[in-house]
Amino acid sequence: MTKTILTVDDSRTMRDMLHLALTEAGFRVVQAVDGLDGLEALDAAQADVIITDINMPRLDGFGFIEGVRKNDRHRATPILVLTTESDTTKKQRARDAGATGWIVKPFNPEKLIDAIRRVAA
Amino acid sequence: MDPLAAIKVTFFQECEEQLAELEGGLLAMEGGDHDPEIVNAVFRAVHSIKGGAGAFSLEALVRFSHVFETALDLIRSGDIQADQETLKLLLRSADVLADHVRAARDGGVVDEGRSSAMAEALEALASGMGGGGEADTGDGFDDFVFNPVSIDMSDAPAPADDSVAALLASITGGDAGEAEAPAADGAPGQTWHVRFYPQVGLYQKANEAGLLLRELGRLGDVAVRLDASGLPLLQNMNPEDAYLGWSADLTGPGIEEAAIREVFEWVEGDCYLDIVREGAPPPVAQASGVDAVGEVDVMALIRAAQAAEVPAAAAPAAPVRASAESKAPVEPAKAKEAALDAKAQAAAREASPQTIRVDLERVDRLIDLVGELVINQAMLTQRVAECGLQRASSVAMGLDDLEQLTREIQDSVMAIRAQPVKSVFQRFPRLVREIAAMTGKEVRLIMDGEGTEVDKTVIERLSDPLTHMIRNAIDHGLETPDEREAAGKPREGVVRLAALHRSGRIVIEISDDGRGINRPRVKQIAVDKGLISPEANLSDDEIDNLIFMAGFSTAATVSDISGRGVGMDVVRRSIQSLGGRINISSRPGQGSTFTLSLPLTLAVLDGMVVTVAGQTLVAPLTAIIESLQPKACDVRNLGPNAQVIAIRDTHVPLIDIGRSLGYRTVTPPPTEGVALLVEGEGGSRAALMVDAIQGQRQVVIKSLEANYRPVPGIAAATILGDGRVALILDIDAVMVPKPHEGGGPVAAPANGGLDTVGAPTSLAKVG
Repeated sequence: MTKTILTVDDSRTMRDMLHLALTEAGFRVVQAVDGLDGLEALDAAQADVIITDINMPRLDGFGFIEGVRKNDRHRATPILVLTTESDTTKKQRARDAGATGWIVKPFNPEKLIDAIRRVAA
Repeated sequence: MDPLAAIKVTFFQECEEQLAELEGGLLAMEGGDHDPEIVNAVFRAVHSIKGGAGAFSLEALVRFSHVFETALDLIRSGDIQADQETLKLLLRSADVLADHVRAARDGGVVDEGRSSAMAEALEALASGMGGGGEADTGDGFDDFVFNPVSIDMSDAPAPADDSVAALLASITGGDAGEAEAPAADGAPGQTWHVRFYPQVGLYQKANEAGLLLRELGRLGDVAVRLDASGLPLLQNMNPEDAYLGWSADLTGPGIEEAAIREVFEWVEGDCYLDIVREGAPPPVAQASGVDAVGEVDVMALIRAAQAAEVPAAAAPAAPVRASAESKAPVEPAKAKEAALDAKAQAAAREASPQTIRVDLERVDRLIDLVGELVINQAMLTQRVAECGLQRASSVAMGLDDLEQLTREIQDSVMAIRAQPVKSVFQRFPRLVREIAAMTGKEVRLIMDGEGTEVDKTVIERLSDPLTHMIRNAIDHGLETPDEREAAGKPREGVVRLAALHRSGRIVIEISDDGRGINRPRVKQIAVDKGLISPEANLSDDEIDNLIFMAGFSTAATVSDISGRGVGMDVVRRSIQSLGGRINISSRPGQGSTFTLSLPLTLAVLDGMVVTVAGQTLVAPLTAIIESLQPKACDVRNLGPNAQVIAIRDTHVPLIDIGRSLGYRTVTPPPTEGVALLVEGEGGSRAALMVDAIQGQRQVVIKSLEANYRPVPGIAAATILGDGRVALILDIDAVMVPKPHEGGGPVAAPANGGLDTVGAPTSLAKVG
């Protein structure tokens, strides 16, 4: 069954890149433009995996992750954050908020798919 | 254009927007605005540019934006003050950044001297504040390692195989079985012993032990043993807790410890992880209390450690005792919760000072219950009236008060779910910028009434239609700046989006000061597509509304039409599905205005209660244009089973819904009943014959699908004051499937094209 990935990022470029890499790998992609948009899209998207950026207007990645985890249907949905290499504080903070793991930017498609494989069968 | 090149174009467009945000924000700060949101926005602008630049390996741009971002991060965290001097530096840096962006895009060069000087100044600014910054920026520029990553999409692997069997097969060895000897075959493989005991936090973050072990298996040959000794008896088990552990023997050439740790990098801190090279002396305990003795000891130690850790652990105590009903969300530390609330409040700037967070399900349930309350109260009033009590009796007066109170409660409860349309409107300024840029037009967006409140159920479904219409307004409605100038208009076109409450409904207006509808063209296209007959005599308004007809817009018409045309039938359908109406008014050369009228909520409906063949039905008021008493001379027969009725100067099909729904087989004379002129999706019209009209009422909508099953011709149900169930008509379904607007012969299928199967012939009384 085709898996659905919800991508949350305020940068159109990043959304497009994720979309390209993910759809080429056979996933279905739902996009959101920031944390609030992501929470609104959450139930309808029925995502198997969520990929989110951290720095976003209105509601940032941490707030978004916390919001997702508060939603009963998504307590066990894997969430991967996009982060830059040296962001150890942010990685920890994301995990404290409930993130499953992270993907380092800039990402290459293989690493991206690897990361997804690590959280979804 | 290959997809990657297209994204690169998008990236540079986005860079321009970000540069505009950056400059705007810095100017605002220079002007004295201390809003932290502006600083955040400025930071994000540079951060975004850097992110995308990295993806495309634009080295110079990445380097400069990184230095810039570092400085901005420190300003945003308050570690550096942005005084006037600093802001001037930042503004000059923004200019250099813009140069880098354009050089990267156009293949030009940047003034190296100026760029380096600016970069040095930014570094000096950043390092000048000492070592108090956040860890990620404390590394400093020197530690930044630029790793260009080539994006070659052809390497992307095939979709993952998600079968459980494949997963199990990929983890060699079984559970609870004997360890298999690592396959040596004489190869100089290194064997590592890994012990992995997940804690609750690991599972709570949606990590899966099985998948991690599978990752491990990619490093070499692995044999995995399960340690289930920590499993308590079933009645003592908490399904969300962590009781299992695994030990794995990993063999293979050249496996580094770092590679093994990397497999578990996400779950460090949420598990006990012990990695020992075979043959190495017993290591210093890496996880607290673990020694090399036996797995059983580890489990006991983990239990003991967890018991001590409970207050600080992420494991919520609640699930252990909670019943199935209670929602026990993951509890981040209190500080994080406060931070989230603060963020949400910052995000909803207009929100009243005191807010609470409530589960949406609870609100929905409350609204349901209030709906029931309204129905019950109406029933009670009816029964009391039937008992013949005097209007002035204390009981009757008490009931009047009750009705008043119930209505107030209903209004208040509906208001809970009401949200300002701002949440939908907020994305439009950016959308307008993007489309204006793409179409080469100059557009100013004015938004009014962003605080107007609409029920959540309606708001969520507004976004798409509004986006569509704004897109159309700019793409088709507005002329290019040159065209506008030639027409004596300002180069900049205006799109106005306004929301307001009017007579108990939400009205949203989208207007532009562009070309207006090209009526001759629209009419011609409708004729060409067979939607109207060539001789049809239509008013200006009717011509304008042709654009809503199904089948009006296709790719061929997109470029032909000036004014609006793309997919308006879809938009109208969306609005109608919300119980709303949409129409357009246009002045050639001056512009067009769309007016949407929507109900305040989807839970109640304004309806006209009618009787048909002894059954009580409700027709949505929004679909009804007028009601009339048919005159014999106005009714024409088209065939044995089809009739039309003349209304002013057009004819519309006359449909006996009693037959459509299977209540009767013989249609009574139309002159004995009442005809409701209704309008369905796409603007098509019909006259529905009913026996009598009983009145207008606001009814609470109850789903038929949820309580029974979908019934053709029926949209939903409601309970009237006397306790009877009344079915709410699905206007579009009971109408003739192929309408013709404005004249021309109509062939009406005998039963309106409907199955009569499934329509209940008697309505149960609800006690």
